[in-house]
Amino acid sequence: MNMIAPRRSRLILVGNGMAGVRALEEILSRAPHEFSITVFGAEPHGNYNRIMLSPVLAGEKTFEAITTHPRSWYEENGIELITGEQVVGIDRVAKTVTGELGTTRPYDMLLLATGSNPVIIPVPGHKLSGVIGFRDIADVDTMLAASKSGKHAVVIGGGLLGLEAANGLARNGMDTTVLHLMPTLMERQLDPVSAELLKADLGSRGIKVITEANTKAILGDERVEGVELADGTRLAADIVVMAAGIRPNIALAKECGLACGRGVRVDDGMLTSDPAIYAVGECVEHRGAVFGLVAPLYEMAKIVADRVTQTADSDYVPAVTGTRLKVTGIDMFSAGDFMGDENTDDVVFRDAARGVHKKLVIRDEKLIGAVLYGEARDSAWYFDLIRNGTDISALRDTLVFGPAAGTGGEALGVEALPDTAEICGCNGVSKGTILTAISKFKLATVDQVRSRTKASASCGSCTCQVESLLAHALGGDYDATPKVKAVCKCTTVGHDTVRKAILAQKLKTIPAVMQAMGWTTPDGCASCRPALNYYLLCAWPGEYVDDSRSRFVNERMHANIQKDGTHSVVPRMWGGVTTSAELRAIADVVDRHQIPTVKVTGGQRIDLLGVRKEQLPEVWRDLNAAGMVSGHAYGKALRTVKTCVGSEWCRFGTQDSTGMGIALEKMTWGSWTPHKTKMAVSGCPRNCAEATIKDFGVIATESGWDLYVGGNGGIKVRVTDLLAKVTTEDEVLEYAAAFMQVYREEAWYLERTAPWVERVGIDYVRARLSDASGRKLLQGRFVEDQRYAQADPWAERAAGTDAHEFRALATVE
Amino acid sequence: MDGAISVWMDVGQLDDIPRLGSRVVTTPAIDIALFRTADDRVFALHDRCPHKAGRLSQGIVHSESVTCPLHNWVIGLADGQAKEPDEGCARTVPVRLEDRRILLAVGGA
Ligand code: SRM
Ligand SMILES: Cc1cc2nc3c(=O)[nH]c(=O)nc-3n(C[C@H](O)[C@H](O)[C@H](O)COP(=O)(O)OP(=O)(O)OC[C@H]3O[C@@H](n4cnc5c(N)ncnc54)[C@H](O)[C@@H]3O)c2cc1C
Ligand code: SF4
Ligand code: FES
Repeated sequence: MNMIAPRRSRLILVGNGMAGVRALEEILSRAPHEFSITVFGAEPHGNYNRIMLSPVLAGEKTFEAITTHPRSWYEENGIELITGEQVVGIDRVAKTVTGELGTTRPYDMLLLATGSNPVIIPVPGHKLSGVIGFRDIADVDTMLAASKSGKHAVVIGGGLLGLEAANGLARNGMDTTVLHLMPTLMERQLDPVSAELLKADLGSRGIKVITEANTKAILGDERVEGVELADGTRLAADIVVMAAGIRPNIALAKECGLACGRGVRVDDGMLTSDPAIYAVGECVEHRGAVFGLVAPLYEMAKIVADRVTQTADSDYVPAVTGTRLKVTGIDMFSAGDFMGDENTDDVVFRDAARGVHKKLVIRDEKLIGAVLYGEARDSAWYFDLIRNGTDISALRDTLVFGPAAGTGGEALGVEALPDTAEICGCNGVSKGTILTAISKFKLATVDQVRSRTKASASCGSCTCQVESLLAHALGGDYDATPKVKAVCKCTTVGHDTVRKAILAQKLKTIPAVMQAMGWTTPDGCASCRPALNYYLLCAWPGEYVDDSRSRFVNERMHANIQKDGTHSVVPRMWGGVTTSAELRAIADVVDRHQIPTVKVTGGQRIDLLGVRKEQLPEVWRDLNAAGMVSGHAYGKALRTVKTCVGSEWCRFGTQDSTGMGIALEKMTWGSWTPHKTKMAVSGCPRNCAEATIKDFGVIATESGWDLYVGGNGGIKVRVTDLLAKVTTEDEVLEYAAAFMQVYREEAWYLERTAPWVERVGIDYVRARLSDASGRKLLQGRFVEDQRYAQADPWAERAAGTDAHEFRALATVE
Repeated sequence: MDGAISVWMDVGQLDDIPRLGSRVVTTPAIDIALFRTADDRVFALHDRCPHKAGRLSQGIVHSESVTCPLHNWVIGLADGQAKEPDEGCARTVPVRLEDRRILLAVGGA
């Protein structure tokens, strides 16, 4: 006799997006083996965090970084994933679904999560190529491509999506205009006063906003060329982004006869009009409401999971949601009824100079709505008062000053919140849940909290609060037990542990470190080997033999690799000063080696681009002959020291900033550091050398020099902190050397000074450098190290070192 | 070289490639990257990353893989396959060692 195994119930998810996949996660956590699951997704990828498309567009995150469920996740969970195929038919009688390529699968239970579509306003020209919505990664790619080939962007719609699109387009260098039909921006989230502040903030980022703009037509033959407004205004446009709202995607549900209104109608248990079909996400309509933020969708995912696994008969209850705009540097929050009416009172706080505006709306001694603009750090507290309908009569006097008011002490942060307060709005995670998880699972890092509770896993705006909760929960332990961030996947030990062990156990080679610390791979990976190589180099100067096999290609070749496999060569130009002889020599090198591009860098020197690998030693030899050495533009090393003209020429200059910069560069060049290190010296507080966004910045004053540290241009701009004020040039050099050395000895590999200073605190750095004898010791170690480091790598290679790097092994004719 | 009969060509000796390093053999059609592992095995791949044609010979070699220098894809040396979550494949070229001489299969006449 055949044994008949009970067949697993077949579950099909249509729509591989945020709500649907969250529902699967919830289902798998309740009943990992109950269903055999198939997922159909129209997009060609696994699942990603759609919210984060805005940071991807703005260049702050990569697509890889926002992928939440790669294909491996589906495999590990035994889920069949069919991507790039839209479902076009549901046969509710036969219980099958069919995709556009003909793939058919039977189901016992069907889950619809088809999301929504951008509303494309049907003005003339709306079908032209270059008119798009902002919904998926393909839209982001289209916008990025447009920013490369075109100059002008128009965004129709001044709501959350439109403004995030505009910010991203502007960040990519496009001249961007937002057209908004209403008199004020984000009118569904902001009161008119905050909306004006927002408009001004956007203006300062180069984004133009036209309100009460009625789009009449989109102009162009095949591709979009412009936009015409009802008042006759014409704007040039290489791309038009329609962000005028979203509409539930119900085509499929309608076609198979499910009850639909604006969305697919569901009951409190997320069941549609067919008892075998559930729906979640933006495609649904629940009690007449449709949705546009993830928090309610995640709640729906829980309900549907309870129902299909028959764990509980839970019901979906609508809740207030809060909104934040994800434009880096703009802090805003809005929730509830923030406009009010004749039965409400407003409490308003305004500090125009700081660009802060807060409006609280109170009815019957309860907070029912809030808008915070320019300073939103107390948003969780207000949001909690709104959601719980707390009686605020006792707090009313100081309500607008946040939870810290009236305590007379330091600003209170998350400690002041009750356990029920929601910390992560997207995922609905409360303070209590986070604290319980921290103590129960002994969590010590934000990453651990994130993977355990999902707090801060979606839009990320609550990361700071999660961090404070950790700090608060672990108390004294938090600082004592540094967040253990493993060096890489080959090990569980963190950077500090490795650095200490290298010194304490006198470990002097990469294999020795790996063995002593129990690495799980035989020879590490591309993340840990460069880190260990640096740590050893820093620990044993003059003794450790650099392992070129553990250097990233740029540092191994002493030139930056370009996308076509050629290299760039940047000679040092001390303090940005050059001579006719140097320029002539550079010109000769360019002609002799037929170098295609010569460019002035953002670091005050000259870049020769497009040099082939085998040409490098020759190019270097010629530059060396004219007295020029490597600029280390490729290294986790001292890069440039930018300067301004200073007192030698400038009518405002108070000290010789150029000379100071050259002295700094002569002292520090060649030094390897955890990440790249940049310096600048300005001759007066006008700060033309931008010293306040450098790792080490110097600004001359009438009486001496102000020293600043921990600045960063780049991805996340950070302004320096003042380290000290000194009077002589020797002191500047002493502090610079000592600062470099603490950073070299204590920071983690690939951590620039800015995140390092944030991690250890500026007070710690000041303390390490304020004591004269400690400072001298650090300076001594730096100078000693430089005895070995200041050898021009180009000269060495022009003379034959690593010759094999630059030559083919053999040539087959 | 596609479809052509291969011949084994002596392209150099094992010690011409540093351990955990790589060298390139140029051919009229394409460059071939030869890799040497820590335990002295040698592998050969077309010197083109399946992602955006990064030069795999310039990557960091670890175990039986190389990490591409351009965007950090990890490519298996034995099969040319990109490791999860990336997808793609670099062409492998047969190579063998005989008395520390490296013999590479190249298209014959
Ligand atoms: C050449 C240059 C652009 C130019 O033509 O002006 C440049 C080119 C590159 N930069 Fe830069 N950066 C250049 C000045 C800057 C500046 C401006 C400055 O130094 O004053 C910044 C912002 C300041 C700062 O660092 O805080 C800058 C911030 C970055 C960043 C972001 C760093 C951050 O901490 O967020 C990266 C990415 C990284 O390092 O991981 C980067 C990475 C790169 C890389 C190495 C990208 C790469 O991995 O291939 C580029 C190498 C191109 C090449 O082969 O030459 N580059 N880069 C500039 C070289 C200056 C020099 O003379 O050495
Ligand atoms: C740029 C941007 C920024 C945002 N920012 C925020 C924010 O800050 N905070 C916030 O809370 N929310 C934000 N949102 C909204 C949030 O992303 C959505 O609420 C959420 O993604 C909706 O989830 P969903 O699963 O319903 O739909 P989706 O995530 O859109 O998933 C639906 C999926 O179904 C697929 N699909 C549709 N029809 C079919 C079919 N017939 N067959 C197969 N597949 C199909 C679609 O291709 C899509 O992949 C933002 C959205 C965007 C676009
Ligand atoms: S040089 Fe710098 S800013 Fe320019 S593309 Fe490269 S990394 Fe980006
Ligand atoms: S080209 Fe190899 S990872 Fe991108």
